[in-house]
Amino acid sequence: MRSDAVTTVSSDASRTYEGSQELTPRKGAGAAELMREVGSVLRMSEAEVAALADEEPAEDETMILNMGPQHPSTHGVLRLMLELEGETVLRSKPVIGYLHTGMEKTGETLTYLQGPTNVTRMDYAAPLFNELVFSLATETLLGIDEGVPPRAQWIRMLLCEINRMSSHLLWLATNGLDLGAISMMLFGWREREETLRLLEMITGLRMNHNYIRPGGVAADLPDGWRDGVLRVLDLCAPRLDEYDELLTGQPIWRARLQGVGVITADEAIALGVTGPILRSTGVPWDLRKDMPYLFYEQVEFAAVVGSYGDSFDRYAIRLHEVRESMAIVRQILDALPPGDYRIQDRKVTPPPRARIDESMEALIHHFKIFTEGFKVPEGEVYCAVESPRGELGCYMVSDGSAVPYRMHIRGPSFVNLQTLPHMLRGGLIADAVAVTSSVDPILGEVDR
Amino acid sequence: MSDIEATSGFGDESVADETGAATIPEPETRFGLPVTRSRGQQVLHPPREGLVDLVRRLRDDEGFHVCVDLTAVDYLAYEPPRRLPQDVAPERFEVVVGLLSLETRERLRLRVQVPADDATCPSLFEVHPGTEALEREVYDMYGIEFTGHPDLTRILMPEDWDGFPLRKDYPVGAIPVEFKGVQNAR
Repeated sequence: MRSDAVTTVSSDASRTYEGSQELTPRKGAGAAELMREVGSVLRMSEAEVAALADEEPAEDETMILNMGPQHPSTHGVLRLMLELEGETVLRSKPVIGYLHTGMEKTGETLTYLQGPTNVTRMDYAAPLFNELVFSLATETLLGIDEGVPPRAQWIRMLLCEINRMSSHLLWLATNGLDLGAISMMLFGWREREETLRLLEMITGLRMNHNYIRPGGVAADLPDGWRDGVLRVLDLCAPRLDEYDELLTGQPIWRARLQGVGVITADEAIALGVTGPILRSTGVPWDLRKDMPYLFYEQVEFAAVVGSYGDSFDRYAIRLHEVRESMAIVRQILDALPPGDYRIQDRKVTPPPRARIDESMEALIHHFKIFTEGFKVPEGEVYCAVESPRGELGCYMVSDGSAVPYRMHIRGPSFVNLQTLPHMLRGGLIADAVAVTSSVDPILGEVDR
Repeated sequence: MSDIEATSGFGDESVADETGAATIPEPETRFGLPVTRSRGQQVLHPPREGLVDLVRRLRDDEGFHVCVDLTAVDYLAYEPPRRLPQDVAPERFEVVVGLLSLETRERLRLRVQVPADDATCPSLFEVHPGTEALEREVYDMYGIEFTGHPDLTRILMPEDWDGFPLRKDYPVGAIPVEFKGVQNAR
């Protein structure tokens, strides 16, 4: 819907104007749009929608409020336009794009070896999952997905589960901050720091690791990694119980979260929602269990499922998923086989260091792999993994060259964000903070 | 010597597999539409017309309740011959829809050809409301208009942006520097 101000801008011939991204005032929105915002997600009957539309207030009783992009509870640069009637939220619209850096376009200029460096910066709270899905897509295109050594696959699982812990701990911290539980904020950051320290010890970097690469991982696990992992596991287990004691039974915490931001299973499925939000509605969908990749069918864990689809369920699910991840990590410690940490396929793997000293061809080969990259047979493929936020997918098209022709990342946060207008509707503005937080959007992944 | 030679057969081998699969005499079909396999993944090639009805049928009768992903590809600069079923004419754009069935744990990908001179595609919003943001992103990045979309505006780029960044004729990093007083910057 274009308002009057919009038409004057679009008459300027030097620029295009595609209409406002913002929430339009009620009088500019038009009946059809209002009805759609009310009813589309719910798949209501027309009669139900009409009944709801009758209760809509007049324009002068509502106010449009801008929340973000600098609001601390928006976890980055999310901007929410809220239409309020008193304290009640009527319509809302997330306005995004403030962090858009064209990473998919950049991905079309980087070789398959450089690609993980790019995608790891998308979901910066769970960078290893981005690298994993990119590597899986590349390997499937290359046809070497079966040939990646088991040790490499187990290492990938180990790191992803540690990363899931750190991501959920970060969420527990910021969620606590959003709701005024400052001690939870400090606790969450503290424990997350421990997991990041562990990741730093293994990969060399706290974030944006570029550790999982097509063909395997960048390096084998360093000396002392097992002690490091066990230390974090032993440290976190009692602290998670502390969180439970601090928050789960606490009346204020429950009052702030229970029944807030409710979404049903049908609505979640219609909106394409995945991850903890979908599971909070009672749908036990977890890609690790339902469409297993790596060796997830060989470890035992539970897909944590809620029943009410409210913010409290999403809190409880994430808290419990940290425990499940810890259980998986313990099983990986027992199951990790010896072997190679990357595929010994000369097409994608640089020659061993010792060979470079004695063979000119090996040196040239090493140089070529890192300058030109390796060619990937043409084709297109979609691979998906279960990131802490839901289904993280990578659609990749190769034209037979050394750079992807098209690299698209399906970010779970981007899709999950669409639940906000629906979950906020009819709630209080104070609850908007709780609901936004419970969606757990990472704006780096939303905007890419 | 051996290091390089040992690798040379690798890519060719997979390509040969792929062409071998493409020359199977009887083309596979599903729901009356040509089906191809890409690295074992099932791909359907429906026309633009009737796309919404097809997706609705897939949702209601076949259990593909979730539209997981919707994106597009610009094949302008694609050099090797496009591998499409015989009766599907290649066009510049391709809208790629990823469907998921929670019951059968099956994925289905739809590749819809969209010509450059009429870059429109029916919106799937009425069937899968979750495609709202994804279609806006495709519109923003490729300029493909989704007919029937409730709010087709740019989503990631600024609303007064000129051009569609992910098109192949849109150069990487070639944004003119805006000097003060220049009339038609960008």
